[in-house]
Amino acid sequence: MQFQTFSSPHTDRPNSVDKVMLQVILALLPGVLAMTWYFGPGVLINILIATLSAVAFEALVLKLRKRPVMSTLYDLSAVVTAILFAIAVPPLLPWWLTVIGMAFAIIMVKQLYGGLGYNPFNPAMAAYVLLLISWPIPMTSWLPPAVLSANPLDFMQIVSAIFTGSPPTGLEWDAITMATPLDGMRTSLDQGHMISEIFQSPVWGDFGGLGWEWVGNWFLMGGLWLIYKRTITWHIPLAFFAGLTGLAMIAFLFDPESYPFALFHVFSGGAILGAFFIATDPVTACTTRKGQLIYGVAIGMLVYIIRTWGGYPDAVAFAVLLLNMAAPTIDYYTQPQVFGHGDNHG
Amino acid sequence: MLIAILTITGLATAFGLLLGYANIRFHVEGDPVTDQIEALLPQTQCGQCGFAGCRPYAEAIAGGESEINLCPPGGEATMIALSDLLGRDPVPLSEETAEEKPKAIALIKEQECIGCTLCLQACPVDAIIGAAKQMHVVIVSECTGCERCLPPCPVDCIVMEPISQESGGWRWPFPNSEHPEIVSAPPQ
Amino acid sequence: MYVESSKGKIRRLWDFHGGLHLPDNKRQSLQTDVTSATMPALLILPLHQHIGEPAIPLVKPGDRVLKGEKIADNNAPVCAPIHAPTSGIIKGIEAHPIPHPSGLNGPVILLEVDGKEEWTDLPAPISNFKNVDKSLLLRRVRDAGIVGLGGATFPAAIKLNPGKAIKTLIINGAECEPFISCDDRLMQGAPERILNGVRILQHILGAEECLIGIEDNKPDAISTLRSHLADDDSIEVVRIPTLYPSGGEKQLIQILTGREVPSGGFPAQLGVICHNVATAAAIADAVLEGRPLISRLVTLTGDGIANPCNMEVPLGITAANLIEQAGGYTGKSSQLIMGGPMMGFNLSTDQVPITKGSNCLLVPSEEEVPTTGPALACIRCGRCAEVCPVNLLPQQMYWFSRARELEKVQDYNLFDCIECGCCSHVCPSHIPLVHYFRFAKTESWAMEKEQQAADHAKKRHDFRIARLERLDAERKARLRKKKEDLSKKKPLKPAATGEDAKKAAIEAAMKRAAAKKAALQSPPKNTDNLTPAQQKQVDAVDKHRAETTADQE
Repeated sequence: MQFQTFSSPHTDRPNSVDKVMLQVILALLPGVLAMTWYFGPGVLINILIATLSAVAFEALVLKLRKRPVMSTLYDLSAVVTAILFAIAVPPLLPWWLTVIGMAFAIIMVKQLYGGLGYNPFNPAMAAYVLLLISWPIPMTSWLPPAVLSANPLDFMQIVSAIFTGSPPTGLEWDAITMATPLDGMRTSLDQGHMISEIFQSPVWGDFGGLGWEWVGNWFLMGGLWLIYKRTITWHIPLAFFAGLTGLAMIAFLFDPESYPFALFHVFSGGAILGAFFIATDPVTACTTRKGQLIYGVAIGMLVYIIRTWGGYPDAVAFAVLLLNMAAPTIDYYTQPQVFGHGDNHG
Repeated sequence: MLIAILTITGLATAFGLLLGYANIRFHVEGDPVTDQIEALLPQTQCGQCGFAGCRPYAEAIAGGESEINLCPPGGEATMIALSDLLGRDPVPLSEETAEEKPKAIALIKEQECIGCTLCLQACPVDAIIGAAKQMHVVIVSECTGCERCLPPCPVDCIVMEPISQESGGWRWPFPNSEHPEIVSAPPQ
Repeated sequence: MYVESSKGKIRRLWDFHGGLHLPDNKRQSLQTDVTSATMPALLILPLHQHIGEPAIPLVKPGDRVLKGEKIADNNAPVCAPIHAPTSGIIKGIEAHPIPHPSGLNGPVILLEVDGKEEWTDLPAPISNFKNVDKSLLLRRVRDAGIVGLGGATFPAAIKLNPGKAIKTLIINGAECEPFISCDDRLMQGAPERILNGVRILQHILGAEECLIGIEDNKPDAISTLRSHLADDDSIEVVRIPTLYPSGGEKQLIQILTGREVPSGGFPAQLGVICHNVATAAAIADAVLEGRPLISRLVTLTGDGIANPCNMEVPLGITAANLIEQAGGYTGKSSQLIMGGPMMGFNLSTDQVPITKGSNCLLVPSEEEVPTTGPALACIRCGRCAEVCPVNLLPQQMYWFSRARELEKVQDYNLFDCIECGCCSHVCPSHIPLVHYFRFAKTESWAMEKEQQAADHAKKRHDFRIARLERLDAERKARLRKKKEDLSKKKPLKPAATGEDAKKAAIEAAMKRAAAKKAALQSPPKNTDNLTPAQQKQVDAVDKHRAETTADQE
């Protein structure tokens, strides 16, 4: 009798890439729903546009590269990139910017480097940064949370705004959009206001922007679930928060009227999303445990530095991309001690 | 103006001294490139490159007189290693050179050998023992499979015998990710 | 972590890095008692059943051998002899499929069984082993052909002569691989044999303490051994947590002593020696009964076998025959695995024999061991590094193995990899990581060998060049001297006249011709000063030639 031969181990493999990606998508759901609740269905429309274009671009490039198309799409990595990108951009972003972003992310940042696993940079964040630098106005025109909105938009108005790129008839952009809380805080601080004064405004909740902090809470839930499911480990998120709050705390103690307290930074902007879902992207992050701690702390500190003294209100994307570049070097210098190489011999 | 001239002169002197010191401090004896090239060659001394042996070929490469793709026993691996070492572009192997032959050693057909000692003189590693009008024998452990003994033999009694693959010297094949089965040896 | 070892003693245990909790799947083969396999009509005995040099046959086709008779051995330092598992006639010595991942053939002795089970004269039992010379015991262990029966197949006698003081003897009863249960069965069924072996080992090594490490998923084995240890204080049975690969020698030593065997080193450097329970039992048989290693316990399991069980089988029986005796195939499997699922290897045919190192035949169903699909790209998730018991970075090693950058893989400590399979098991991209590492290892060894061959060839070539140059120089020097002599002698020579001169000229010419002839008769000759090995080779070929020439005539 003849038998097939495979290499050991001969076991039922418990993990798979699509399972990992699916878990990430599931973990994003609560936050996505919360965003939809506060910022309207534009979030979902963006996700839809981004996903469709990401999958289409991925299929196209795979075809051109003569790689298997269906089995690769099935790994869901393009969908994860699309969702991360779509929830990072403003809910009324014109559709063509989303498509450009996805084209850049999938074609340039991911596939031209060799596809999933070979890209040195996080595709969603690279696309976000490209758009932020090239089209700063639409990329920073956020909707106010529904609870604060003076001119709530209905579904058709949102659809038309996204697909035409112009505000609904009878309204100006300025009337319906609002700076993000981080942006608002910076502008106010630049104008010489005190923090206690700034927090008088109704746009603030307990820690961060009203509505924003709850979106953050739900992403936090998803992130903790991922840690529980062992899809990610605690190292990068914890190190990220340590780096961010560490610097924030020092600055706050130094001058509480010019530097917001640490939790404000945690619950504002993309900090939580970044800590659990973006910095932990395994392909572009460090892989050694020690390296992951360094990587997380460095991203957290960079986020604080750029937010406080840099040219942009939020900085998760920049910080992550900068550390993506450093990841191989960090990995190289943080190799664990291999069994039998230490002095634990006697 | 004077200050500028003095500055430039001062800088030139300083850098000149630095360069001079570096030249003495980091001086390299001899021509290590030839040795490095030779270390990469398979040392079969087969002469299939057109040179008398591995050392002359290494010297020719180091002197820039020869391409790096002329070594059939080394094959593509040697060519790539040479291109890495010398920073030259890889050159595709000619069809004749690229033809991968299974590793073989020479075997003298005992009945046919007339004991002419011609192969003894051709062997670059003294791997054939024998004397005039006595049968010659290849020392298996010393033969490099260079085939240099084949042309001089007047009775064509030397054949190249492929080294049989045994489980002892077996190597795991390169994993084929598309088809995860291990490619086994031909069915018995 | 602390556990109770025996009689209330508390012993500290250590953790190793990583490891896996695997479904143990041992129950299937533990349903029935151990049976003895029926002797087949033909036994196939590979000459290379151990690590080291292959054995050389001591018998010729047609010889009759008795049960327990030594039929192959080798004087090489690392080798174990092979004995006839029963009486019969040697049918041949030829190439036959052997249990090896390559699927290649290897040399075997074919033994036709005569069914008489006639024993040879066994060496006398040494029952008071404490009073005899240790070298006698070592000799006995070696002559019994005992190798590491856990699967490593390293000759046991060599391990028992470490040349260092041994403090701790560790007996490996962990059996951490899923599906395999033969050590469990042995511990439950023959505790006295194991303990006798352990006492012999302890005596040979002079170890002050002896720890038998058993995973806690084998409570029956633990209690059986403990109950037989009533009056022995120096031997402790230690229950260790079930975590693959706790049965790896280095891992077990780390669990029990907290110390790491140095990279590239041996346990003996720590004053520790580790042996498998089955090896201990075999040593007891050899010393106390004089019985050589001619059979072993084998687990037959998996959904593809009708009646999973453990069997005492003679070495040399084919896998096909054994599976037949276990009820045959159920048709649920397309794979046959020798060893466990984590470290075993696929056999392409079931015509291979059971050897000393074969502890398990696994015929898994598609549900038990699904065939993995094509691998995806590595997403660098790092799970492989998380589970690696040696704390390697498999994702980096994979990267370099795939690029065939062997030196880089070695920089990442390729040779510390124990090929346990944990990394491949958890890889979400289903990359055959262990396969890549095995490839890199064998490739590295081959490269090293090639490099050595190249260096050797270069040395010989350089020597030849130097010799030719020297000969050339000598020849030239001789010529020059001759010329000088001639020119010197000429004026001194008295001018000969007439007949004499003619005669002298003819004589000189004849002399020259004779010299030339003599020179012609001794052309290059290099058969002087041969090493004995070379001389032997020449003799063999001469003889062969004489024979073949005679045949032709």
